Amino acid sequence: MKVSIFSTCLVDLMTPAAGKAMVEVLERLGCELDYPASQVCCGQPTYNSGYLEDSKLAMKNMMLAFEHSDYVVGPSGSCIAMFHEYPKIFKGDPDWELKAVALKEKSYEFTQFIVRVLGITDVGARLDGTATYHRSCHMTRLLGEKETPYQLLEQVRGLQLEPLKNSDNCCGFGGTFSVKMPEISGQMVDEKCDSVMETGADILISADMGCLLNIGGRLSRKGLPVKIMHIAEVLNHTSEPAAAKGGLSS
Amino acid sequence: MSLKTDNREFGERTADGIGNAFMRSAVSSAQDSLKTRRLTAATALGDWEAWRVVGQTIRQHTLQNLDFYLNQLADNIEAKGGQIYFAATKEEASSYIRDVVVSKQARKIVKSKSMVTEEIEMNKVLLEAGCDLIETDLGEYILQIDDWDPPSHIVAPALHKDRNQIKRVFTEKLGYTGDESPEKLARHAREVLRQKFLEADVGITGCNFAVANMGAINLVTNEGNGDLTAAIPKTQIAVMGMERIVPTMEEMEVLDNLLCRSAVGQKLTSYITVMGPKAAGESDGPEEFHLVVVDNGRSEILGSEFNEALQCIRCGACLNVCPIYRHIGGHAYGSIYPGPIGAVITPLLGGYDDYKELPFASSLCGACTDVCPVKIPLHEQLIMHRQNIVKEKRTGAAERFQMKAAGRLLSSPSMFGKVLRLANPGSRMMSKHGRIVRGPGLIQGWVGVRDLNQPVKQADSFRTWMKERQGGTQQ
Repeated sequence: MKVSIFSTCLVDLMTPAAGKAMVEVLERLGCELDYPASQVCCGQPTYNSGYLEDSKLAMKNMMLAFEHSDYVVGPSGSCIAMFHEYPKIFKGDPDWELKAVALKEKSYEFTQFIVRVLGITDVGARLDGTATYHRSCHMTRLLGEKETPYQLLEQVRGLQLEPLKNSDNCCGFGGTFSVKMPEISGQMVDEKCDSVMETGADILISADMGCLLNIGGRLSRKGLPVKIMHIAEVLNHTSEPAAAKGGLSS
Repeated sequence: MSLKTDNREFGERTADGIGNAFMRSAVSSAQDSLKTRRLTAATALGDWEAWRVVGQTIRQHTLQNLDFYLNQLADNIEAKGGQIYFAATKEEASSYIRDVVVSKQARKIVKSKSMVTEEIEMNKVLLEAGCDLIETDLGEYILQIDDWDPPSHIVAPALHKDRNQIKRVFTEKLGYTGDESPEKLARHAREVLRQKFLEADVGITGCNFAVANMGAINLVTNEGNGDLTAAIPKTQIAVMGMERIVPTMEEMEVLDNLLCRSAVGQKLTSYITVMGPKAAGESDGPEEFHLVVVDNGRSEILGSEFNEALQCIRCGACLNVCPIYRHIGGHAYGSIYPGPIGAVITPLLGGYDDYKELPFASSLCGACTDVCPVKIPLHEQLIMHRQNIVKEKRTGAAERFQMKAAGRLLSSPSMFGKVLRLANPGSRMMSKHGRIVRGPGLIQGWVGVRDLNQPVKQADSFRTWMKERQGGTQQ
C-alpha cells in the first residue's frame, strides 16, 4: 500500500522522534512510503486565530503537495481533522473545492489508518510500564475518532493502561489560545496534570503532539516525573525497557 | 441588569474568576455531576443523535418561517383575548411593560425566571417606576436579595454561590436564623415568596416556547413558581425572544425533551405548563394577558452567517461542558449570557467594542458543539467571529504582522526550510540548557506556564532524516 507521510510542522520542528516512529511502524506493517517535500503546515494556527486568507495559502499548498497521493497519514488527530475541514472552507470555490474533498477522503490519522485501513490492532509492540492516554479534542470530536488509539494500546505487551479522569476535558492547548490566554490555559493544563498524576502512571501517551507539548511542558515545569510519548513511539517500541529507549521528554 | 454585567476589562474579570477558588469548586462539581446526569437522560431516550437532528430541523424550519409563525401566534393570542406586542428594541419592550403596569396602577409584581427580561433591563425600569418587584425563582431571588448580584449561568443563575454563602445572605438580608441546610433555606424563601404571590398585582414570566397554532406559551420549571406567577395575579405579562417559538405542541414535546435532558438531566422538569389568556369557562389564569415579543437585534442575526445561533433553546448544556467556563466562571464573560453560547450571541447583541475577547476565550475543543441538543456549530461560530474581528482590524498590529508572516512561512516549503535552519540557532539567545526560558509575545505566553525544548537542529529534523532514509530520491 502506498502511503504519503504528512509529518506536521510541529513534529518537523520540535519532535522528530514521533515522526520517525510513525515511519518505522508503517514500514514494518508493509506500507510503501513517500514524503512529498513541498508539504508544510495544515494552516490551523492561522485559521483558528481568524486569519482566513492567510491560512488559505497553507491549505492550498497542502492540497497540491498531496494531490497525487493514494493515502495521506499523519501523527496528529488535530492536523488531520483540519484537512477534513477543507471542503467546508473551500465550498463553492471552483478551483479548490474538489481538491479539498479529495484530500479529506484520503487522509487518516496514524492510528486510524492502522486500524481502519490496514485492519490491524496488534502491531507487535512491547512497552513495560504504566501509562495513561490523553484523547485530544480535535481527534475525538472533529475527526470523530474515539477508539483506534485504545484498540492499539490494548495490544501492547507489558503496558498497563490506567483510565484518565475527565478524559474528555480539553488540556488547554487550543493552538494560539495557549499563548494568547495563558492564564486560562494554565488553569486547564494544571487540572489535566492533576488528573494524570492521580492515575499513578509514569507515561502519558497521546496521538497529538500539541497536547503532549502542553501537558508535558507543564509537568516538566512542575518537576513531575511523568514521561510523555507519542503513540507512534509506543507502537514502535519493541523489546527494550521504556527507560532505555526514551520518550520525548527528558 | 442589562446584557452587560461588568464594566471592567476582560483580563480583570477573568483574573477575578480564576482567583475565586470557591466559585470554581462549585462550578466544577456541578459540571461533573451534570455530565453523568445529562448522559443518562439522553441515552434513555434511545437514539439521541436522531433526536438532535429532529431538534435542529424543527428549529431551522421555524426560523426559516419565523414571520409566518409569529403572525399565527399573534392572531391566536388576540383571538383568545390576549394582547401581543412586538418590541423592536429593549427600550420599547421595557417601556411597554412599564406602561401596562402603570395602567393597572399595580405596585406589587412577582416575576419568574427570564433571561430576556434581564437583557431588556426590565427590572431597573420597573423599580425606577416605583414598583415592588420580587424574583420568585429561588436562584434569582438569592441574587436579588444579595443586592442584585448578576447571574452566572443561564439555567442556574446562582451556581456560583454555595449553601454557606446563601445562608449568610439570608441571615443578613432576611433575618434568617436557621442553619445552612438547603431544605431549611428553601423553606424560608418559600414562606416569604408565598405571601408575595398572594399579594401581587402583576405576574411577569419568561417563555420557553410560544406555541404558534394555540396562541399559548410553554414554561418549563422545577419550582412551580412560574405557574404561581401566571395563575394568581390578575395580569400576566410574558416576555420572549422573538425566535423562541414552535409551530405546534408536537414540536414543543420534542424540544421540551431535549431541553430538560440537556439542561438538568431530567426526563421532564417538575412543571411543564402550557398557558395563555384565560379562556371562557376556565377557572384560573390571568384576566389580562400580554405577550411581549422582543427583537432587540435578533432580526440582524436572522439570515446572517450566525443564523444558527438563533436555534438556541437556552438549555445551558454548553456551559456545563465548557472547560473555559469551568475555570473562569460565568461572571468573567461580563454578560448575562455566559459560556460558549454567550461568547457567540453576546458580541452579536452587544457588539465587538465591548465583547471582542469572548470569541477568543475558547480552546475550540468542540465540547459545546458536541453537546448542543439542536446542533449549533458553536465552535465554528466562534471562529467566524474571530474572522470578523480580524477583518475589522481589531486585533493588534503585532499579531496581524505575525499572522501574515506565519501565513507565508507555513505555505512555502522554501521559507519553511529557512525556518528549520534558523530556528535552533535563533532560539539559543532565549534558551538555557536546551530549554527556551523567555521570548517575545506569544513565546512568553507559552514559557510563562510550560517548559519548551529548543527546536531541533536542521540536521536532526524529521524532514532531513526522511530524505536521507529515502535516499534523496523523493520530491
